Amino acid sequence: MYSKQVLEHFKNPKNRGKLVHPDAFGQVGNPVCGDIMKLYINISKDKKDIVKSKIKEIKFETLGCGAAIACSSVVTQIAKGKTLEFGINLDKKFVLKELGGLPEAKVHCSMLSIEALQKAINNYLQKFNDKNNKKESKNNSSKKSSSKKNSIRSKTKK
Amino acid sequence: MKINKIYFDNAATTKVDKNVLKSMMPYFSNSFGNSSSIHSYGQKAEGSVLKSRDIIAKFLNCRSNEVIFTSGATEANNTVLKGVFFDFKGHLITSAFEHPCVLETAKYLQKNGVEVDFVRPEKNGIIDSKKVLSLIKDNTRLVSIMYANNEIGTIQPIGHIGKKIRELNQNRQNKVFFHTDAVQATQFLQMNVERLYVDFLSMSSHKIYGPKGMGAFYVRKETRLKPLFHGGHHEYGLRAGTLNVPGIIGFSRAIELIASEEHKKDILNIQKIRDYVVKEVLKIDGTILNGDRELRIPNNANFLFKNVEGESLLLKLDMKGIAISTGSACASGSLSPSHVLLSMGIKPESAHGSMRISLGKYNTIDEAKYFVKELKKIVKELRKYSPLK
Repeated sequence: MYSKQVLEHFKNPKNRGKLVHPDAFGQVGNPVCGDIMKLYINISKDKKDIVKSKIKEIKFETLGCGAAIACSSVVTQIAKGKTLEFGINLDKKFVLKELGGLPEAKVHCSMLSIEALQKAINNYLQKFNDKNNKKESKNNSSKKSSSKKNSIRSKTKK
Repeated sequence: MKINKIYFDNAATTKVDKNVLKSMMPYFSNSFGNSSSIHSYGQKAEGSVLKSRDIIAKFLNCRSNEVIFTSGATEANNTVLKGVFFDFKGHLITSAFEHPCVLETAKYLQKNGVEVDFVRPEKNGIIDSKKVLSLIKDNTRLVSIMYANNEIGTIQPIGHIGKKIRELNQNRQNKVFFHTDAVQATQFLQMNVERLYVDFLSMSSHKIYGPKGMGAFYVRKETRLKPLFHGGHHEYGLRAGTLNVPGIIGFSRAIELIASEEHKKDILNIQKIRDYVVKEVLKIDGTILNGDRELRIPNNANFLFKNVEGESLLLKLDMKGIAISTGSACASGSLSPSHVLLSMGIKPESAHGSMRISLGKYNTIDEAKYFVKELKKIVKELRKYSPLK
């Protein structure tokens, strides 16, 4: 039923656990459907272009089936060291390929883990924007950053 | 003691007993005749089938021509339900936690015009016979209630319901027939059809150390059931198709074995191991036993673990060489967890964390000890990495 890669990730998950002081996190799923994933990230910030910031550390906690755990593991493995932009645009096909495919009924697990990552990234960007907004209202300056803010929004929407 | 592989999933299927296999072997390449043929080959096969039919009839306390061989319990249950409602008219009463081969057939009949009531079990996984009887009305033609539930092992009051229906029938022109799917009960419980007051009863061979692809049902002569398969004059016109002679021989041998004194000892041993597992597993925090503690077949235990997902538990145990089963949605290929657990009022979020163990005569107490030890470690590990605490 499961590929070798899925079973290997299930057996020896990468990045499992939690970050004590995460910069951001994302939680998806609900107990009724059976899968819950929580993904924690620490970011090394790119001051010039926030979406070029890198995911320095990433960890997950998952209550779910074999596929859910394997997907969480592989998504964190892929995302570690990559930019926020990369994470936001991560495609399901890429994850499935890394896992050597998933049974039809389990494909939604891969979506769920990508959603968890994107939620964590959005959570980080939201915090960043909130901070900037505060600064803006204080200094009442910097057209640049507001235009940057919009570009992030448009990217994170998808 | 070194343990390699542990099979705790005997409600799914059982290992074929060596004696059963031995009994079947001559009927593949030596006595391979078609039991319908008139020549000596056919006669030999027919003679053996007759003997097998007698063994099963004796086991059920019925006439030999009331035993119909099928490809398994799914076919047996389909034949009974569709055979009674071949014209898609009337009313069927069944339970909400039947095996899918009854449940889905009932839904199919419902789609085609049969009125169906699905009786929900009580919280302990037992059907209240009063609820069943109160639903009987003028156009009721069949009541179908399983004998022992396949997931939680709870025993249903079949004899009691059957007796009450028989009483009701005395004052009715259109009789209500009573069917039970006895697949999980066959090797443990009373199978005398006269004491159960049933008109139909389904059995499967591969759950009792017999071969797969083999089953049978009892049909009371007076029921005038319609067949599902049409063709040759096999099985008293109720099931056309060349008889699976080796399967029939193996099945009847398996029945002989479960009716033996030896098997009574096996059952006591199975129960002892099961009780040990229940006692030890319930020591794990956040664990519940599903289904009535006493009114369950002796080989079954079904648990809920809080904040553990069943399929990952199954996979982890499998990596330790232990085979169990789960009612989690993730293991079923559908999106909702066990219909059995839900029918008992268990919430979906809890039902995902279910585990069934079903023991067999080849299991040992040492296996149970190893299982408990590994289970405790795995539950702890899975909970450690769950976002819910």
